[in-house]
Formats: sequence, structure tokens, C-alpha cells
Amino acid sequence: MKPLQRKLWRELLHLKGQMLAVAAVVACGISVFVSMSSVKYSLEASRERYYSRFRFADIFVEVKRAPEFYREMVSRIPGVASVSTRIIADVTLDVPGLDEPATARLVSIPEYRTPVLNDIFLKKGRYIEPGKPEEVIVSKPFLEANHLAPGDHISAVINGRKKELLIVGMGLSPEYIYEVQPGSFFPDKRRFGVFWMSRRALESAMNMSGAFNNMSLTLAHGASEKDVIMQLDNLFRRYGSLGAYGRSEQLSDRFIVDEIKQVGIQITFLPVVFLAVAVFLLNVVLRRLVATQRDQIAVLKAMGYSNEDVGLHYLGFALIPTAVGSVAGTLLGAWLGRGLMNIYGDFYNFAELVYYFRFEDVALSVLLSFGAAVFGALGAVRKAVQLPPAEAMRPESPAIYKPGFFDRESLRNKIPVSLRIIVRNLERRRWKAAMTVLMISLAVAILVAGRFTYDSTERMVQVEFNGKHREDVTVLFNTPMPPSVAYAIASLDGVLEHEYYREESVKMSFGHRVRRQSIRGLQSSEGLQRLVDKNNRRLTLPQEGIVLTKMLADILGVRVGDRMQVDFLQGKQLHREVVVSGTIDEILGLSAYMNLGALNRLAGDGGALNAAYLRIDQAKAASLYTTFKKMPGVAGIMMLKAMKESFDELIAQSMTTSTLILTIFACVLAFAVVYNGARISLSERARELSSLRVLGMTEAEVSVILLGEQALLTILAIPVGFLIGIGLSWLLAEGLSSELYRLPLVFSAYNFFFAFMVIIIVSALSGLLVRRRLVTLDLVEVLKTRE
Amino acid sequence: MPSSPTAASDSHHYPATVAPDEPVLNISELSKSYVMGEVQVDALKSVSVKFYAGELVVLLGASGSGKSTLINIIGGLDVPSSGKLFFHGREITAATEAELTAYRRRSIGFVFQFYNLISSLTALENVQLVTEIAEHPMPAKEALLLVGLGHRLDHFPAQLSGGEQQRVAIARAIAKRPELLLCDEPTGALDFQTGKLVLDVIEKVNRELGTTTLVITHNASIAGMADRVVRLRSGEIVEDRKNLERLSPSELVW
Repeated sequence: MKPLQRKLWRELLHLKGQMLAVAAVVACGISVFVSMSSVKYSLEASRERYYSRFRFADIFVEVKRAPEFYREMVSRIPGVASVSTRIIADVTLDVPGLDEPATARLVSIPEYRTPVLNDIFLKKGRYIEPGKPEEVIVSKPFLEANHLAPGDHISAVINGRKKELLIVGMGLSPEYIYEVQPGSFFPDKRRFGVFWMSRRALESAMNMSGAFNNMSLTLAHGASEKDVIMQLDNLFRRYGSLGAYGRSEQLSDRFIVDEIKQVGIQITFLPVVFLAVAVFLLNVVLRRLVATQRDQIAVLKAMGYSNEDVGLHYLGFALIPTAVGSVAGTLLGAWLGRGLMNIYGDFYNFAELVYYFRFEDVALSVLLSFGAAVFGALGAVRKAVQLPPAEAMRPESPAIYKPGFFDRESLRNKIPVSLRIIVRNLERRRWKAAMTVLMISLAVAILVAGRFTYDSTERMVQVEFNGKHREDVTVLFNTPMPPSVAYAIASLDGVLEHEYYREESVKMSFGHRVRRQSIRGLQSSEGLQRLVDKNNRRLTLPQEGIVLTKMLADILGVRVGDRMQVDFLQGKQLHREVVVSGTIDEILGLSAYMNLGALNRLAGDGGALNAAYLRIDQAKAASLYTTFKKMPGVAGIMMLKAMKESFDELIAQSMTTSTLILTIFACVLAFAVVYNGARISLSERARELSSLRVLGMTEAEVSVILLGEQALLTILAIPVGFLIGIGLSWLLAEGLSSELYRLPLVFSAYNFFFAFMVIIIVSALSGLLVRRRLVTLDLVEVLKTRE
Repeated sequence: MPSSPTAASDSHHYPATVAPDEPVLNISELSKSYVMGEVQVDALKSVSVKFYAGELVVLLGASGSGKSTLINIIGGLDVPSSGKLFFHGREITAATEAELTAYRRRSIGFVFQFYNLISSLTALENVQLVTEIAEHPMPAKEALLLVGLGHRLDHFPAQLSGGEQQRVAIARAIAKRPELLLCDEPTGALDFQTGKLVLDVIEKVNRELGTTTLVITHNASIAGMADRVVRLRSGEIVEDRKNLERLSPSELVW
């Protein structure tokens, strides 16, 4: 090894604390980038693979009942590649060990196994056997949540008749990667499952022989989805179709696409913060290094080393820690990525969730890091190169201090000398002080933004599960019921309060903007269901007109007071006009609300009900559930409390993991910035501080001068970090907002307290580490050393 | 005086031998002023002087007399505000940065008052720093043997005494076999005995290798070991005399 290289290595080793801090920051940035990029790619690739292997359809149509020969007709539509028809029905289940009825979505499959669209991935067990109508394949999440396995029996009420089903297989399908009950946002694995059953068995059970109620199709390459949907709508309108839709409106796919988008947002935001901090740290550390090695630079130049030799030598101080950070970051990123994929595996049911670790991601992030390192080192390296050799031989001229703000006559005598030293030092290098504050505040901001998603999810749970709903259960009807059903339900023993709603599918239009949407007619917004916006504010439903989710109003371009067109897709299929009487900024989904009476009048019929909200006497719950299980008109029941529990459980783990990771990252950042700041301070002022010690100041007094500067900067950084954190959270909320959900911008006091405490503790620790060096400072040695 | 060839005409080659009456260094009307903090310093005021091959010259002057500035300019570390400097007839003051680097690399050996060793490198490695980039260096070990440090090769600067550090610095300076050895207060930070030891080494190098040597000092007693003494005061040459007899450093007293 050449002597100059040896110098580099030995001095890197000597500066190991600071260099490790730089490497750690680089490692954090690279690990986030590498893990998130690989997760994003893995999710995309797994989705693509799953879809193509199991022939996930491009377009879906739901009808009440249409003759089978339409399959042939549809397959002749230009652009259609293949068509499958199915019978799908939601029925109630009697799950062993569960009082309340669960819901099964029965999906027909061919009796003999042939490739179909939306095919099943058979995870365990076997395919159904012909001539055995009781055999079913059941979705994995439901089986696992209920501790069931192939070979077990389960009873269902199909079309009013109780049937004993035999589970023969455990399956998954690309259609239900995110498996939730229709109309719900949260998975409830115990109470909702998909059951695949022989087409013949379903035909006879549902009286659907020679007919279907669900069609899915794939498009030929280059075909227009829009044109095919238009033709399908013309064909199936009379069969009760609410309109065909593409993958982008398929619920499960929408969740996954949203998730992938979210990961994409994180890829851009966190690594940029880390790179910025790495640039800053390298800049500060190297500038100090060059300043302390002025005489060495002079000697090297005096000996005949060229500017390039000297420049490259100092660049090495930036490149080596970056290389160490890159290797560590890549390994950490691979590990984190795998861990994250496992968490995604709990949320999403992929046939196989393959983790792809890509070389491109590593290469790109390493390249960016080295770019940042060179950028950070540039100032110092340039200084080393430009330092005239003779100039370097002279000691640096004393730093120029000027009277600052605190030196005013009125203030001067009130401030102790130690504080004056601190303040003057900061005032003299305002730019560096401001940058240090900014870097520490970024750590604070990461903590605030990290916990923001937690607070925001809490708010969502609070609004959706508590604020909006007071009912215990929602009873969903198979088909629209006449208003008289209310009497039957009210008469059930154990029902304390009851309320109903009607759900009508319509096509809304305003100007050229059109949207398929359902309108929910509520009896009242003051009873069991309420209207609550994302800021937890309640809204009273007006007697007339329609209230739209703010995002829906924006999509349609309507404002309060506008009249918009409504085409009912069922019943009398009237074309009507309705006044927008309000908007509400809700967290989940897109909704339209009307007073039930007003909706009935608009639809032009005597009224219909789709579901009941009930508050029930818990002592009589079991017998009520038994009654519901037997009622043919009941498609299923939804229990918000149960959903909340399963959601909490699901979210808790991922939230804890991501908060932990972000906290660790923020600690690394804060530690790196404060530790480096204090170390540099020590190196700049060792002589000065030793002189003060020689003059009789105690160790503690000298520590105050040294660490006071970092402490003051940290204190200043905290409020700045809060503001940046709030801004960052707002950007995140905006970036993540979609038709599925909008994150409410909420911050708990605990969020700020947590960020405050973490930063204070980390700063104190890094300060103490540097203070240890101060204690071991050899006073005589330092004074002997020439500056 | 021959017409001075331009720096560009002979970019990297400096003749090793010259006629005895031709100066190795020819300095004419050299001035230098610089700003330190908020003060302007006139370090050199129109200095003219010549140095010849194999001479051992002591540049004598009090602190602030401009002797360090002069030696820095001679060594290509600094550029003058005005005036010219010729090395073997080539104008160094007109050289580019790259040419100056090459000049230092090939022809100049520096010894500093505070040794300026790289603290992270051992004695041997500090010398290798030079042998690494020189064209016809002596082995680094040999240079250290020459200054009597054959037994301290693997010691770091912090493990060496001041005199030993300065001898490493001298070994580092001569290992490249420079034509010009420039010593800036080589004994300034040393006690009397150690200082004499270091001067011994410098004298030995001058005598045995024939290296033209300039020693800067404020210590008038050292002048006795020189062939020639040049005295500076406030940036001007006030005396330039030849010693009739050169004393050995061991005979010096201060």
C-alpha cells in the first residue's frame, strides 16, 4: 500500500466515530431505497404473475340473471378474447364456535377442472369431484382464521335451505388478493370467506339452470376496454346490470394498486432526506479535516504531490465511508425488504409473493450515494486543492468575531460568559448553524411524519368504527325488501333500536362528467348511522337534495347548489335531476347520501330497504343470531366491533414495525448530526477549552461551552422539525389520498412528545460520548500543539 | 548572464550539472506582500541574490525579516508579488501550477521548523511518501540510516523525540536526492544538544551529497557552519558575506 493510502486508512480509523456516523446515514438511505424499490417491484411482479398465471379477467359484469347463450354473443364482440360465466351468491354460514352468522361468497367453478378465468390456486387438498354437490374449496384466510381444514364440514343456508358442505380444498384467487366483504373496507377473516362450489350444484340450489349472474372476460391485445364496456352495458342493462367495469374498479385490485403507489411515494421521500444529511455531514467533517491538516497539505505539496493527488486523497475520506454505508445499506435493505414482504403477505393473499432483490436498485442507490458523497466533499476537496502551499504553512488567521445581537450594552451583563461564547460562535457561522438546525429538524420531522400515519389511522378507526356507527350489527338483505320488513325485524326479541337504509345504483352526471355510484338513503343522520367527516365533525343530512363525499363532488365537478343528473340503473330506471345540498370530507371511499323519503320519491316507487342497522340486547344476541342464520332473506351480517378488532390486530403489527424502523432511522440521523457537530466543535476549540481548564474552569463549565452549542441547536431544531414534520405529513396525506381513502391530518400531543423525547435523549447521548473525550483531554499536549 | 529560456521550452527537465560560475538560483527584485487577518504585511522588498552549486548558505534574520517568505518562494510554495526567480536559468516565477509541482517533486527538499511529519505514518512511511513519487530516490531506509535513525523505522512521530522527528524530516527531504535542500529554522524547536545533532546531519548531507543547502535561522551562532551568510532585515538583504572558514556544527556554541 502506498504511504498516502496508509495515511488515509489510519486517519479514517482515527475518525471512526464520525465516519461510522456518515456510513450509518448512507446505509439508512440505501436500505430504504433498496428495500422499498424491491418491495414495489416484487408487489408489481407478483401481481402480474398471479394475474397472468390464473387468468385474472379484464372486465366484470354483474347481472341479476341472464341466459347462458349470451356467453356466445359476448365472445363475438370485437376485442373480446375469452369469456367465462359464473353464478355468485352470498349466503350465511354457521361456523363452529361463532355465535353470529358468517358470510360465504359462493362462486361457481366447473365440475370437471378446466382452465377458467379467475382460476383457483389450490393451496391444499384437492379439486371438487363431479357428482358431489356438497364439496367446496374455501379461501385460505377464512379457513386459517377459523382453524378449519380440508376434511371439515360447515353448514350454510343457501336459498333458505340449510346445507352441509364438505371442505375439500384450500384455495386462493387473483380476484380476492384483498379479501373483504362487499361494501366493506376492512377484512374480517373470521366472518367472510370465498367458497368455490360446483356450477351444477349452485345452478340447482339457486334455481339458475341455464343462466348466470356474473360474467368476466379478457380483452385481446390492443382492444379498447371502454368500447367493450359500452357494448356490454347495452346488452345487459335489461338483465339488471349495474354496468360493466374494468380492473381499475375491481376492489381487490384497487387496494393493491394503491399500496404499490404508497410504496412508490416512500421511495422518493426518505432516501432524499438521508442523502441530504449525508451531503451535509461529509461537507462539515471534511472541511474540518482539511482545516486541521493545512500543514500536512502544505508538506505534501512541498514534496511535489500534485493537486490531483491531494484532492483524491481527501475525496477518499468521503468515498470510503460511503462505500461502507452502501454495503451495509444493501444488506440491511435486502433484509428489510424481505421482512416487509412478509407483512404484505399478511394483508394480501397472493398465490406466491415472490421477493425480487434487484441489482438495478442497488446500483442506482449506490450511484446516487456516491454522487452525494462527491457533492458533499467537493467544497473541502476544492479547498485542499486550492490551498497555496505557503499559505498552508502559516497558521490559520484567528477567526473574526464581531459584536453580535447579544453584545448590546443592555444584554451584555446579563448573559454569562460561557453563553456568550456559545452564541458568538453560532452567530459567526450562521450558515453552518442554520444547516445543523435543519438537519436535526429533519430527524424530528421523520419522527413526526412517521407517527402521523399512526395518529391518522387511529382517527380513521375512531371515525369509521365509533363516530359514524352506533349499531351493533348490520343485517344485509339478499334482495331489496319492502318497507314492511321493518315490522318483522322490530318484533324480534332482543332488538333495542333499528334503522334501515336503501342503496340504489345510479349513473350520476354533471356536464360531460359521468360516474357510476350508489346512493344511500338514510332514515336519519342522528340515529344509529351518522355522517362524520375526517375531522370528526358531524353533519346533519338535509331532508331534500343529495350530499356527496367531497372527492366525489370534485370528480363530478359539482358544487353545493348545482343540479345534477341521476339515472337509476334498476327498478323503473328513471332519469331524474337532484340538487347537491352538501358535501362531506369523509375518510373512506366515495358516497352519496339522501334522506330515505327523498330517495324513495326520486326513484318513483313505494320504497325499498337493503339493510338494517340494529342495536341489540347482548344477553339475547345468541338467539337473535340463530334466527338470522335461518332467515332466507338475510345475506349476511356485518359486525363493526369484530371488524375493528381484526383491523386493529392487522394494523398493529405493521404500524409497530414501521414506527420502529422510522424511529431507528431518525435516531441515526439525529445522532450522526449532533455527534459530528460536537466532535468538530471539540477539534476546533480543544486549545481554547484546554486554556480555559488551565485557567481554572471546571470540567463541567468547559463541557457547557462545548456541548451548549449543540444543545442550543437541538432545542432550536425541535420546533422547526415539528413544522417540517407537519408539512411532510400533509404531503404524504395528499400523495396517498385516493378514491379508497383520504388520510386525515391529525397529530396527537403524544406524537410531538415522542419526537421531542427521542431527539433529546439521542442528543444527550451523543453529547455525553463527546464529553468523555473532553475529560481525557491532555491539557499540556493540546497547548503544545501548534495550531 | 545567459538569456533565460522560457519555462515552456523545457518544461520538466532541469540540468543537474552547470558551470561553477553559473548560479543554481538567480533571484532578482523579488517582492512579496500579503494580508493576514486584517493586516497587510510587506514580507519582501525587492530582494536580489544568487546561490551557487554545493554552497551551504545560512539565511540569518529575526522573526518577521522575510526569510521564510523567501525560502517558500524559492521552494515553489509561494509566488512573489513581483520580481523573478530563475532555477538553472529557467524562470520559476513564470511556471504553471503543474510545472511548480514537478519542480518541487524533482529538485527541492524541504525541512520545516515543526518537522511537519504526517502523524498517522511511521518514520519509514513518512520517507516513503517522497521515495514513492521521486524519480531516482535513495531507498527510504538508507535515508534514515544516513540521519542515524536506522533503529526507529517503524515508530510513529508521537513515539519520537523532537530531534528524531526533525531527522526523519531531513531524511524525507534528502531521500529524493534534491538539488536544493531548504531548511526553515530546523533547530528552532529543539534544545542545544539536539539542535547540533540535526545541524550535523545537514552538514553531512551537504558535504557528502553535494546538495546546495539553504538554512534559515534567527540564531547567529549557526552562521559559523556556512560557506556564506546572507542577513535579512525587514524584507531586505542587509549583508551578504563569505565565511573564510567553515566550522563543524560540533564547534558551534550558543
